[in-house]
Amino acid sequence: MHFISPVLWQFLVNWLTHFALFPPEASEIAPYTDSLYFFLVLISLVGMTVVVLLVVLFSVMYRKERNPEPTQIEGSTLLEATWTIIPLALFMVTFVWGALLYFRIYNPPTNAMNIYIVGKQWMWKAEHPGGQHEINALHIPVNRAVQLTMISQDVFHSFSIPAFRVKREVIPGRYSTVWFKATQIGTYHLFCTQYCGTLHSQMIGQIVVMTPDDYEKWTNGSTSGASLAQNGERLFASLGCSSCHSGNADSHGPSLAQAYGGKVQLANGSFATVDDAFLRDSILNPTMHQIAGYSPIMPTYQGQVSEEGLIDLVEYIKNLNSNYRVQQTLTTSTVQSTTPAAPAAGQGMVKQ
Amino acid sequence: MDSHVIATQPVHDAHEAHAHAPYLRHHFETVEQQREASSFGMWLFLLTEIMFFGGLFTAYLIYRNWYYPAFVVGSHQLSIVLGTINTAVLICSSFTMAMGVYSAEMKRRKALVGWLLATIILGGVFLGIKADEYHEKWEKHHVPGLNFSVQDFTHPTDAEPALPLDMAQKTQVYFSLYFAMTGMHALHMVIGISILLVLVVKAWGGAYTAGHMTTIENFGLYWHFVDIVWIFLFPLLYLISRHQ
Amino acid sequence: MSTATIVKLPPQETASLPKRSYLNSEYGLKSWLLTGDHKRIAILYLISITFFFFIGGAMAGLIRLELLTPQSDLMATDTYNKVFTMHGIIMVFLFLVPSVPATIGNFVIPIMVGAKDLAFPKVNLLSWYLYIVAGIFTISALVLGGVDTGWTFTTPLSTHYLNTHVITAGLGIFIAGFSSIFTGLNFIVTIHRMRAPGMTWFRLPLFCWSNYAASILMVLGTPVLAITLVLVILERAIGIGVFDPAKGGDPLLFQHLFWFYSHPAVYIMILPGMGVISEVISTFSRKRVFGYTAVAFSSVAIAVFGFFVWAHHMFIMGVSNYSALVFSLLTMLVAVPSAIKIFNWAATLYKGSITFETPMLYAFGFMGLFTIGGLTGVFLGSLGMDIHLTETYFIVAHFHFVMVGGMLMAFLSGIHFWWPKMTGRMYPEALSKLAALTTFIGFNLTFFPQFIVGYLGMPRRYAAYPPEFQVLNVLSTAGATVLGIGYLLPMLYLTWSLKYGKIAGSNPWQATGLEWQIQSPPLTENFIETPLVDHEAYDYEWLAHQTEHEVQTVG
Repeated sequence: MHFISPVLWQFLVNWLTHFALFPPEASEIAPYTDSLYFFLVLISLVGMTVVVLLVVLFSVMYRKERNPEPTQIEGSTLLEATWTIIPLALFMVTFVWGALLYFRIYNPPTNAMNIYIVGKQWMWKAEHPGGQHEINALHIPVNRAVQLTMISQDVFHSFSIPAFRVKREVIPGRYSTVWFKATQIGTYHLFCTQYCGTLHSQMIGQIVVMTPDDYEKWTNGSTSGASLAQNGERLFASLGCSSCHSGNADSHGPSLAQAYGGKVQLANGSFATVDDAFLRDSILNPTMHQIAGYSPIMPTYQGQVSEEGLIDLVEYIKNLNSNYRVQQTLTTSTVQSTTPAAPAAGQGMVKQ
Repeated sequence: MDSHVIATQPVHDAHEAHAHAPYLRHHFETVEQQREASSFGMWLFLLTEIMFFGGLFTAYLIYRNWYYPAFVVGSHQLSIVLGTINTAVLICSSFTMAMGVYSAEMKRRKALVGWLLATIILGGVFLGIKADEYHEKWEKHHVPGLNFSVQDFTHPTDAEPALPLDMAQKTQVYFSLYFAMTGMHALHMVIGISILLVLVVKAWGGAYTAGHMTTIENFGLYWHFVDIVWIFLFPLLYLISRHQ
Repeated sequence: MSTATIVKLPPQETASLPKRSYLNSEYGLKSWLLTGDHKRIAILYLISITFFFFIGGAMAGLIRLELLTPQSDLMATDTYNKVFTMHGIIMVFLFLVPSVPATIGNFVIPIMVGAKDLAFPKVNLLSWYLYIVAGIFTISALVLGGVDTGWTFTTPLSTHYLNTHVITAGLGIFIAGFSSIFTGLNFIVTIHRMRAPGMTWFRLPLFCWSNYAASILMVLGTPVLAITLVLVILERAIGIGVFDPAKGGDPLLFQHLFWFYSHPAVYIMILPGMGVISEVISTFSRKRVFGYTAVAFSSVAIAVFGFFVWAHHMFIMGVSNYSALVFSLLTMLVAVPSAIKIFNWAATLYKGSITFETPMLYAFGFMGLFTIGGLTGVFLGSLGMDIHLTETYFIVAHFHFVMVGGMLMAFLSGIHFWWPKMTGRMYPEALSKLAALTTFIGFNLTFFPQFIVGYLGMPRRYAAYPPEFQVLNVLSTAGATVLGIGYLLPMLYLTWSLKYGKIAGSNPWQATGLEWQIQSPPLTENFIETPLVDHEAYDYEWLAHQTEHEVQTVG
């Protein structure tokens, strides 16, 4: 056959080998999304068939040659009510189904492991809690719920994994989250789907789903030596956070040990949950998150800490179970501040 | 109506057919219809304008909620005296405009021209005071983007409480909105004054004192609308939270 | 006023071009550029939007050519970004929004309601000039080096991260906005205040209803876009901080304000098209539109609901769960009136006496493609489904089915329907049927594969894509070629028909609207005397009765 046209032949081969109607179903949620999709395709097909049938049937039956005299009909409330109510009912089913799916996709389970994603023009940076850094790739274990806490350094991006049927906008200035549980080992596409400038189409990467063993190996093999929390600890000390958040009864700032996940009362009387977003905002806009009982003396760290630095700090505070080490660093940093070793402690700071 | 238009005739003949009302445009049946159509159109246009400013007011409401202390301190930087004078000036200009409409109705040509000129002068005074306020903001480094400094808010020289740096930076949002809102309002004033200048010339020629005064009436609506926008801007930007 | 209300002209067979019409009442360029005549302004609009359509179309051609191969080899990614941005801006703001209202609507609405002109002819002309100025701004943004924000102007990308001609393009859209505000305002006032005696609201042709609904959206929605663009321009030019996260502003507020206009804008684009379809389907099945009132009110319902669904563009951007629920629910509700319309049109055919002239073929095309476009809109309105589909080629295919498959089909249907009225000439029927068929086939070939490639996950606005998507993209590009021919054909034969087309006569389709009861092309003031309307819209018995009783002739 290929003597006809090599190009056409290649095209055909391409077609036959690559033709797919669906991306791989590689996450726990994917079959749920697909079943809603099938349902929608089905009602579309039915709706389409009804419309086409009506139009074709009437066109044939009542074409001028067969029916030279039209019969004027005003309308029919009953019929109109029928084709108002039936689509409405179908759309309501779609609405409820879609809403349930939405909450499923966007509400992570509590036991999900957390990975941080920083988007910038034009790359994805992934920060694993163990200190593994990746660019334009994300290694995850299979059959484990993974939550991504994402933020953009510059413009809007969007983190999309078609094989997992998940996507979420990555926004400058606030954390957004998405979660998934991969079910198939393999390598999948990662796309930025929100137009973000010149190299938007090259802001792509790979999601590598591995067996737990392989993941373990990968984690051990690609660690940078210090976990995010350890980096955060250094940053915490070098920014001088420990002088106020020492956990002592007379300290100027609230104790941060075991603060994560709890509720605090703010100075304006409202309550807030201490989550990643709250911690990040408190570092950058302390005044807006003033905790009741403390005076507003905390300076803003806007422009002084990079998004990665903030992630380190958040991860550190998250894992802070006691103030023992805070006080330790307090003493060491006072001692160290006179010695030339101090810059080493500030290593994690200001990566911009 | 016996004098129906012979449509095959060129347009200027059609005007002659309506010799009894020279200002009746050829496509209207009656003067009444023309009048209703114009004022209806004007009201619709004002609705458009409300939506235009609506976007700004929405932004104001949201940010005021978020950055309340910054908005309070920001509003303290505005001169309540100048704002009040300007409000008075604008209300007066609305009065002179209303008198203008009344004069047109009474077919008093010179009075109409006089009232319109008074409106122009008052509008000019408003813009002058506004320009002075802008100038002051410039000197105090309160223009976001161009020359902004948080100095006044983090280390105030007067009795104001100092804002922490992060909140002080949010005063930029307040001033951004201040300039966007008053700037758009001032732009409407400038457009209004330009139209007024044309109207004065035409009024001097007697265009609006021969029974056809829809233009003056509609312009009056526009002028009052611009006035009302200020009546909302003044308390929102200058007055609210003054006591704090 | 006499009771012989409406002037009959000789039937088509014996028709000759009338001696006097709006086309030859005055001569010279000046008589066109300073005209107050709504019909001449409509022609000016028709010429200018055709010009911009072909520029936007050329951009679309470049996009499809680039996507023929997975690599960005035809042009650099930068160029590609500029091309799709220009395609979007030109097609949305300079073609789709003014397409049916400013050309067909401008031409026929005053005649349909029995008026001599729109309420404000000078404002109408001003609106055309604003359109031209907007066009000049947009074209100069293109010539000076382009703009690559995407037509959505997302902040902070548009305000801080690009060094292209964002301000120029923004001003262009700002001005185009005022052009459409003035058109809408004119329509609303005309329909309210200029109706002929006896022309009650429920005797108005449905085309007037749908344009009325669209006009409400234009008048109330466009100013919000205007102020949003002003803020973007100010932020870019002098650095104020309303949307800038670095200064405390919120880029999501921009999204809200932008979509507050840009979602209703979709209905601004599609509603007038729906009006065309109502006219065409009724005329060629010689039957009153089934359930007139339901169709009329569904237009208004679309306009009203259309204002409260904007945040469905932001489901994945972190709107709160509850607002996502509300907006998804309202999105489902806004789909219902469209469904009503489709079924009512289908039912109109029942017991009609159907013929298949070109406008009818386009209308059938509209019904099929718009149904697909509308139903895929339900996919996207459904919260969970939207997560996977949004920002992919699925959404590209969806809105092209609505905007191109729906609106452009309706526009071409309308142009073919009213062409005899506008010019007094017929176009070659066989050729135009071929064009309609070509467009339909080309369209499906272009955009249907995009649903599949979208579900596979191919993101929109990508200059380069993974090779496994190539087959579908090749199909799409092939379809675009066919589609291009489908659009070129009408321009050629319609231009040809201006001189060589058969004389149309006053009412070649035996339609009932007032515009068909006057000569083609009409007189400058439309009617010799103000019509007195004593019948419902789409009253074919009245029309038959009229034809039997020979009334006065003019010409």
